[in-house]
Amino acid sequence: MTDNPFRTKTPRPFSARTPPVQPDDAERWNLRLYVAGETPKCVQAFQHLKQICEEHLQGRYSIEVIDLLKNPTLAQGDQIIAIPTLVRKLPPPVKKIIGDLTNTERVVVGLNLIPIRPETRRAK
Amino acid sequence: MALGHLVSPATVAKTPSGIAGFDQITGGGLPQGRATLVCGGPGSGKTIFAIEFLVRGAELGEPGVFITFEESALDLTLNVASLGFDLARLQQQKLLALDYVHLDPAEIEEAGGYSLDGLFVRLAHALDSVGAKRVAIDTLEVLFSTLKDDSVVRAETHRLFRFLKERGVTAVVTAEAGTGSLTRQGLEEYVSDCVVLLGQSVSDQSATRFLRVVKYRGSSHGTNEYPFLIDDCGFSVVPATSLQLDYQVSVDRISSGIPSLDAMLSGNGFFRTSTILVSGAAGCGKSILAAHLANATCERGERCMLFAFEESPSQIVRNMRSVGLDLLKWQEQGLLELRATRPILYGPEMQLVSMHKAILEFKPQTVILDPISSFMSAGTAHQIKAMLVRLFDWLKTQQITGLVTYLTTPASREETDIGISSLIDTWIEVRDLEVAGERNRALYLLKSRGMSHSNQVRELLISDAGVSLADVYSSPDGVLIGSAKLAEIRRRAREEHANAVDVARSDRLLQLKRETVEAQIAALRAEYAAHEEEVQRRLRSSHESAEAARFDREALSRLRTDLGNRNSSSNGGRA
Repeated sequence: MTDNPFRTKTPRPFSARTPPVQPDDAERWNLRLYVAGETPKCVQAFQHLKQICEEHLQGRYSIEVIDLLKNPTLAQGDQIIAIPTLVRKLPPPVKKIIGDLTNTERVVVGLNLIPIRPETRRAK
Repeated sequence: MALGHLVSPATVAKTPSGIAGFDQITGGGLPQGRATLVCGGPGSGKTIFAIEFLVRGAELGEPGVFITFEESALDLTLNVASLGFDLARLQQQKLLALDYVHLDPAEIEEAGGYSLDGLFVRLAHALDSVGAKRVAIDTLEVLFSTLKDDSVVRAETHRLFRFLKERGVTAVVTAEAGTGSLTRQGLEEYVSDCVVLLGQSVSDQSATRFLRVVKYRGSSHGTNEYPFLIDDCGFSVVPATSLQLDYQVSVDRISSGIPSLDAMLSGNGFFRTSTILVSGAAGCGKSILAAHLANATCERGERCMLFAFEESPSQIVRNMRSVGLDLLKWQEQGLLELRATRPILYGPEMQLVSMHKAILEFKPQTVILDPISSFMSAGTAHQIKAMLVRLFDWLKTQQITGLVTYLTTPASREETDIGISSLIDTWIEVRDLEVAGERNRALYLLKSRGMSHSNQVRELLISDAGVSLADVYSSPDGVLIGSAKLAEIRRRAREEHANAVDVARSDRLLQLKRETVEAQIAALRAEYAAHEEEVQRRLRSSHESAEAARFDREALSRLRTDLGNRNSSSNGGRA
């Protein structure tokens, strides 16, 4: 597992709740990324997700990656058919974004990250 | 069954679908290890076809997987429970795996490229969990309407069918019918082995479900539109169109239940397995004749099924009790089954399918349809004739005696509107004769194939002791029946009586005459005898006097001789 692309590209373990919750913003983001093996699309999706989260939700998110090849039964729970699929478990309502997340704007809109968009622009 | 000869020995391995009738049309079922596309409009029965395919497979020990895009597992379980399918039990027994793939377009955003690996993972997992041999996917097209990237969906659909083939499972994939093409999304391009079309045709406000095998690669198949029925036992398809006329006939005779009618049919009644038509105007006793046959069937310990299209079962039982037939008894003994439906409720084809099914279940020796003319309201004459031909043919192949009644209108007498007379073996016509202000029933045989039969018109008498047939009188004014007949009988009796009186009187006169003549003869004889006696007396006396004279003369001559010798002058003086 040393050459796990999900690990190598990120310094932090993605499945742990490493980003600390910021006390001033109680809203915590719980994201799940469904993959099936280490296909380029899946690796790409994880990278994009990581990037977007860091940009918009720093310290307020956790990402859980589920590999359906290892846990096929988990596909039913979130009604997964497409790979990769990103599921926003928290905050409600549940949102699903399918694809390798290359279209950042779609992801941002799909996850309802817009309110904090102007700040990120300024930060840039 | 009837189609056996149409389908050549299977070259493609087939998996029996278990759907009644379908396996006969296709000569064994669905292509084994391949996918079959079942397409049709909304409510055409696609889901039920798919689920029955799996349930029947489970009954044969072949586990199956049902992937549904449309109904939740719970909804589906509840919906098909009404067809007698217990999906929960099959799931417990590991004979069925259900996976509901719920796709909510509002919930899904697409951002970048993707594949449908998730679906494949789920499918593979479901297949492995039960060791499936059968798969049904209902309805794949939901993917097309949910996902925006058509090219991905098409590529993945293609991959899905390849995947199914590699796994060696026999699959049923359902699809919505499209306009101008078989399916809305052109799924028929992906499935090339077998395509089944389900549909509904509506004519004259009545709908008929039909099934057609559009394509079956590597196998011949029936090509017609076969009507089918979905009821509490699932699907039933009727491949009832028999192209052959090779059924076995019986020389057995069965009683009509009316001895005097049997007598008209060369004394033995109908042929077993023949088709009998009783036609006639309203109120002529057609149903009563039918009920007598039912009664006679049950009396032999055989089963009879009566389809009534105008009366309810309890009404029939009550009415027939009034002519001395206790049908309730037979019902209780399970020998008689009365089914009442309105023909308008289904189209003729559906009616046929449901009758077909009921007959297969009850296995009667005699089937009665009362009356078939009420089908006229349920379809065109052509449809009804086609349906009846198939029904009669099928009854014959099943060795069942069939009796149908037909209500004629005064204009259509001796000819049924739907032209089925040529299918009939024995045709009894009952008609009403209106004479002298009353209606009476007359019965005669129009034909009875294969037996000598009476050409006489008989009067049909219905009393609380049943039905009997009486001779009718013919007179110079026509056939006499009813009270006119009674009047004629009395008139003839009076005539006979008068004649008898006349004869007796003439006899007496003759006697008197004879006596008189004889008396006269006696008188004449007496007179004659007296006369004769008188004549003889005279003759006798004249003879006597002649004798006496001769004697005297001789005596004298003797005297004279004596005297002459002595005194010859005294002799001459005396003479």
